[in-house]
Amino acid sequence: MIHLEARQSPSRLMGLLSPVLALALTVAIGAAIFFALGKDPGRALAVFLLEPFHGARALAELGLKATPLILCSLGLALCFRSNVWNIGAEGQFLFGAIAGGGLALWITTAGVPMSGPLFLPLLLVAGAAGGAAWAAVVALLRDRFHANEILVSLMLVYVANLFLSWLVFGPWKDPNGFNFPQTVQFASVTEVPRLFRGMRINAGFPLALVAAVAMWLFMSRTYRGMQLQVGGPAPLAARYAGFSSRAAIWTTLLVSGALAGVAGAVEVAGPMGQLTPHVSMGYGFTAIIVAFVGRLHPLGCILSSLLLSAFLIGGELAQTRVGLPSALAGVFQGVLLLSLLGCDVLVQHRLRWRSAP
Amino acid sequence: MSGLDLLVAATLSAGTPLAIAGLGLLVNERVGVVNLGAEGIMLVAAVSGFATAVATHSEWLAFGAGALAGGLLSLVLGWLVIWLNTNQYATGLAVSIFGTGLSAFAGIPFVGRRLTTGGHHGIPWLRDLPFVGPALFRQHPMVYLTIALAALLGFALHRTRLGLVVRAVGESPASAHALGYPVRRIRLAAVVAGGALCGVAGAYLSVVYTPLWVEGMVSGRGWIALALTVFATWRPARILLGAYLFGGVTMLQLHLQASGVQVPPQFMAMLPYLSTVGVLVLISRNPLWIRLNMPASLGKPFTPGA
Amino acid sequence: MNLSPSKHAALAALLAAATLAGCSKKEAPPAAEPHAAAPAPAKTGEPLKAGFIYVGPVGDAGWTFAHDKGRREAEAKMGGKVVTTFVEKVPEGPDAERVLRDLVAQGNKLIFATSFGFMDAVTKVAKDNPDVKFEHATGYRTADNLRVYEAKFYEGAYLAGILAGQMTKSNVLGFVGSFPIPEVLRNINAFTLGAQSVNPKITTKVVWVSAWFDPPRETEAAQSLLDQGADVLLQNTDSSAVLQAAERAGKYAFGWDSDMSAVAPKAHLGSCALDWSGYYVKSFNDVLNGTWKPEVTKWGVKEGAVDLVKVASFAPAEARKKVDAARQGLKAGTLAVFTGPIVDNTGKEVLAKGVVADDAWKGAVNFYVKGVEGKVPAGK
Repeated sequence: MIHLEARQSPSRLMGLLSPVLALALTVAIGAAIFFALGKDPGRALAVFLLEPFHGARALAELGLKATPLILCSLGLALCFRSNVWNIGAEGQFLFGAIAGGGLALWITTAGVPMSGPLFLPLLLVAGAAGGAAWAAVVALLRDRFHANEILVSLMLVYVANLFLSWLVFGPWKDPNGFNFPQTVQFASVTEVPRLFRGMRINAGFPLALVAAVAMWLFMSRTYRGMQLQVGGPAPLAARYAGFSSRAAIWTTLLVSGALAGVAGAVEVAGPMGQLTPHVSMGYGFTAIIVAFVGRLHPLGCILSSLLLSAFLIGGELAQTRVGLPSALAGVFQGVLLLSLLGCDVLVQHRLRWRSAP
Repeated sequence: MSGLDLLVAATLSAGTPLAIAGLGLLVNERVGVVNLGAEGIMLVAAVSGFATAVATHSEWLAFGAGALAGGLLSLVLGWLVIWLNTNQYATGLAVSIFGTGLSAFAGIPFVGRRLTTGGHHGIPWLRDLPFVGPALFRQHPMVYLTIALAALLGFALHRTRLGLVVRAVGESPASAHALGYPVRRIRLAAVVAGGALCGVAGAYLSVVYTPLWVEGMVSGRGWIALALTVFATWRPARILLGAYLFGGVTMLQLHLQASGVQVPPQFMAMLPYLSTVGVLVLISRNPLWIRLNMPASLGKPFTPGA
Repeated sequence: MNLSPSKHAALAALLAAATLAGCSKKEAPPAAEPHAAAPAPAKTGEPLKAGFIYVGPVGDAGWTFAHDKGRREAEAKMGGKVVTTFVEKVPEGPDAERVLRDLVAQGNKLIFATSFGFMDAVTKVAKDNPDVKFEHATGYRTADNLRVYEAKFYEGAYLAGILAGQMTKSNVLGFVGSFPIPEVLRNINAFTLGAQSVNPKITTKVVWVSAWFDPPRETEAAQSLLDQGADVLLQNTDSSAVLQAAERAGKYAFGWDSDMSAVAPKAHLGSCALDWSGYYVKSFNDVLNGTWKPEVTKWGVKEGAVDLVKVASFAPAEARKKVDAARQGLKAGTLAVFTGPIVDNTGKEVLAKGVVADDAWKGAVNFYVKGVEGKVPAGK
């Protein structure tokens, strides 16, 4: 009988190998699914796993899609490492989008003189403030009233969504937009600068990479960063008492809220160019799984964001290329994630044969 | 207020699917396993239940099918998180994504189909009483079973040996192991049982509450149920309270709209979420309440002998 | 759908065990079959490639289902001259632009964006691809290679109202709304006006669910309307939940988007159904014949794009006759739903006697007509 045995220290080899194993497992399962459906397994797998990386435009799109995921997952990685269960990054993303979008809207409609290089920092500040403010509600209720952050942050997602809906259906509605729920198109000066001509990837992507490196340095090289992670998993009682647990709650929630907020602002002032009810594609929720697939490591978050984006885009491509219904794309994505997580067990454990007890 | 009886009835009915799923997730969490797959599990169970009801015209077989589907999917989740020690949060989310896709695909032939189950329910005699009849005694049997289940779970958890073992596994798996209990098997059993309850909730949604199948029809109820376990500070009776609070405020805001109250509907729709947070804040002000009930090993893996 | 329901039920009950999906070999519906296998287009003789993007799944039994049905029927009618592809569940945001560009890259020369929220994306992609024709449903922006089309859905709501006004016993109608945009407000008003044309005592209660799709919430909204005395319901949301809530309560309701008569035979008075196939055939032909030009198309009962279908046979003959008469009037152009005098529910005249509303008027609807209770949310 196969038996799992904990390793003394995580296996570096397996750390690198387990994603490969997971991929192999997924390819095998995926091939079986596609074969059973009468699709050409080779073609279907290629569409899913290779085409999102094929060509400059595809890579640019991948980076664009990954940008909000990287930013959101970084903050969540910090939260989760510190045992603060913020699962409401989606709401913080939306409030960043509202703040950033509101700023761009004001500049557009009030005709505020503005230049691009000046606007970008303002946008980032607005987004960070919006996201952090929404996360601060969670932190406040947790700190002052011990209200569990899982529940509060989740409920606030719905509230944020409805608030955005109210704004774009009501006071922020484009007066010349035939009463459709959207703001005016923002002035072009508010657009997040694109990196390459004719491609949508914008300054948000390098920004997210910088944020990831900064987060990595903070976590691994600063006293406060390490203190957070050590203090985090401490026994529950300790978290309710001392200063460090309060600081952990505020720091992690504000930082992750700000990062999610920046993601929202960059999305609104980037590829969208206006506020609509459809600002987020559930990035805040997807980021939770991204953070774990990235093993709560900031640099891992970059890789897993790109991977998840590729899955999502692959699901679209598979519809037109091989006629795969989007529902099956979801099944395939689920299998991929499960095998990825399953294989990760080999990093911390080794397989041993043992006779049944 | 006129129509109060109907509002109470609608509240009981709206709270029931949330309560069943919430109780299931409570069973999961009491042994230390957070199940973020609830939404996907409920969807798979919803389509399984609907398909069974279409084929057999039996609601009870449909609930059984839902329980089976929910239990099986939870078995996968349980095996991964309990034996392979995968991260519970990530695994749950992956199961949710998987279940959402699977249910959408398997449900394609059932979109737009009609169920012939159902009919009028209620308790004879009592249903004809003034006010309390329409308010309380004209519900689907599952509404009453849910209340009974909450009472039973509360009793079992706190007054029986089985409950003691379950709580021990959730509080301190190492001690439970030292005492000779098969911690991982108990965890798996609880995960499967809880998943089966989520499955019943999903089947109840698609067969009784909103008798239709369409992709994604659970529409976030799994997430609300997860929040309820926290809200309830892991006590079954409070799950009922939370579910009826959420369902009641939802129905109240719709009733207020229908009677012409002038508030933007988005703000009305926020009310169930805000009131849940509000009540949580009130009950959490005494941290002991939560600390005493939150299973200490929640979210953490356990390896015997490690 | 090659499997019998019972067999499928047995399979579905074992879903979780069947994760390897080996059980699902042949159950993909016709809608999910690939349409993408066509070779790259050559100069002549090759079929026209047309792409569709949908906001929902093709199996939503609502808005997207109606578009997909139209696509399939139109493609069949073209007899091989057109090959179509579709992408479902495309979020209304930045993702749409990527999907549209990909459809262009795949060689589609005619592309339909079938939801309002695709407007920004389709405008951008159209600008960059002048040799491809784009069509946007329910939008308002046109360009040299972008045009818009929509259905006069309110004509269906009006016909439903005529039936509702005669079937109600309480004289209270209920409407489950998604979001207060002009299209939905037009439907509420048309439903009420239709009912009042046969029954002046009608009032309409409105409940908003703040979602296009949330079946349990739609059920709850329907229940709250029934609890407050409404006995005929209409909805502008995407599932059949309202109809089923009415069935359970022994009241009446209508199907929306597509024929929903099957799900609630006792409650179903009719379905306000959309048929896009005629428009899609026209559009295909416009491109094939080189007569495609940017314009705004609004089709209604007259063109066969909208109708109240499957009118309940249990409705009294007299009531059905009145629906037929109105249908004939709409077809012949002798009847227009929004003809003055129309008074809003504060008593203000919003359309003068004898005036037929133009598109600008209809596009700016931001009020309830007399008889609808309450106030338009966020309205002036």
